Amino acid sequence: MSKFGGSNSKKDVPGISSGSLSDIVFMLLFFFMVTTQMRETENKVMVKIPEASESVKLERKDLASYINIGTPIRSLQAQYGTDARIQLNDSFKTKEDIRNFVASERESMNEADRPLMTVCIRADQDVRMGIISDVKQELRRCYANSIMYSARKPAE
Amino acid sequence: MGKKKTPAINSSSTADIAFLLLCYFLMTTTMGSQTGLARRLPPMPNPNEKVEDQKVNRRNIIIVRITSSDRIMVGSEPTDITQIKDKVKEFLSNPNNDPNMPDKELKHIEGYKDVMVSKGVMSLQNDRGTTYKTYIAVQNELVKAVNELRDEYAIANFGKPYLRLSEEQQGWVKKAVPQIISEAEPMDVKANR
Repeated sequence: MSKFGGSNSKKDVPGISSGSLSDIVFMLLFFFMVTTQMRETENKVMVKIPEASESVKLERKDLASYINIGTPIRSLQAQYGTDARIQLNDSFKTKEDIRNFVASERESMNEADRPLMTVCIRADQDVRMGIISDVKQELRRCYANSIMYSARKPAE
Repeated sequence: MGKKKTPAINSSSTADIAFLLLCYFLMTTTMGSQTGLARRLPPMPNPNEKVEDQKVNRRNIIIVRITSSDRIMVGSEPTDITQIKDKVKEFLSNPNNDPNMPDKELKHIEGYKDVMVSKGVMSLQNDRGTTYKTYIAVQNELVKAVNELRDEYAIANFGKPYLRLSEEQQGWVKKAVPQIISEAEPMDVKANR
């Protein structure tokens, strides 16, 4: 083409601008930042997980459902008091609601994975065992027998 | 015009920086994985069925109680939390074949050999007033006792600690040194019992 045949051909062809590459990666970054935040349900109870040196990793994270037990966070204490409460998904529930919770969690799983469902009990270390025994009894009643007491490894 | 264009600032490295950030977030979010103590609850007894008495021989059971004031009793003696592990280990391994300590039975392990397996059961009882922290600490000690026994077994039989055995060997050791923790139905543990 005549356009490139002239004296202009001596000029450098500008390289492909890679400035937008960073934008694309930033978009990916934001995507991950947002989704990882969204996955964790908002905590409405204060949970300080107890320490246990023999704790093991949860094998299938996608098969776990979480029950949070602890005192409500400070901003909700005026409304709900300071007694230990059970949080399922995003709201305070009573132990009678566990049955429905387990059923709906089970429903949302693959048929093949249902027997492998693990209920992760994330309880505050100062909670009394009474409420946890109630939860355990309720879980036994709905055949969610595989449980895990959430604990963290002590810092070495 | 004779004015030379200033060369654009090389922006290819911003992508790298962004990638680094991305990797950082990817790592930290997966690193927050859940850890804990896994347990299996016994199935709820069916009220229509007649409960058959699961009598476990008295000598095969070690009862660990936590009272409402977080005091720990092994058997009937008050125990400090640091001593539980040794007591449980001694109980489960029963090195001197004490008649007051658990029976052992010869069991065939698939693909391995016949081993003497202890019939010992750890029974953990707690009060409704026990704090969760103590409960987990005691659970942890029980698991630690079993893990140490498994380690000892592995070193005696395979010459390697448990964690460095192959998966198959770990399975054998698990069967040879079972971890049976029974979490009793909730009941009130009186402090003076």
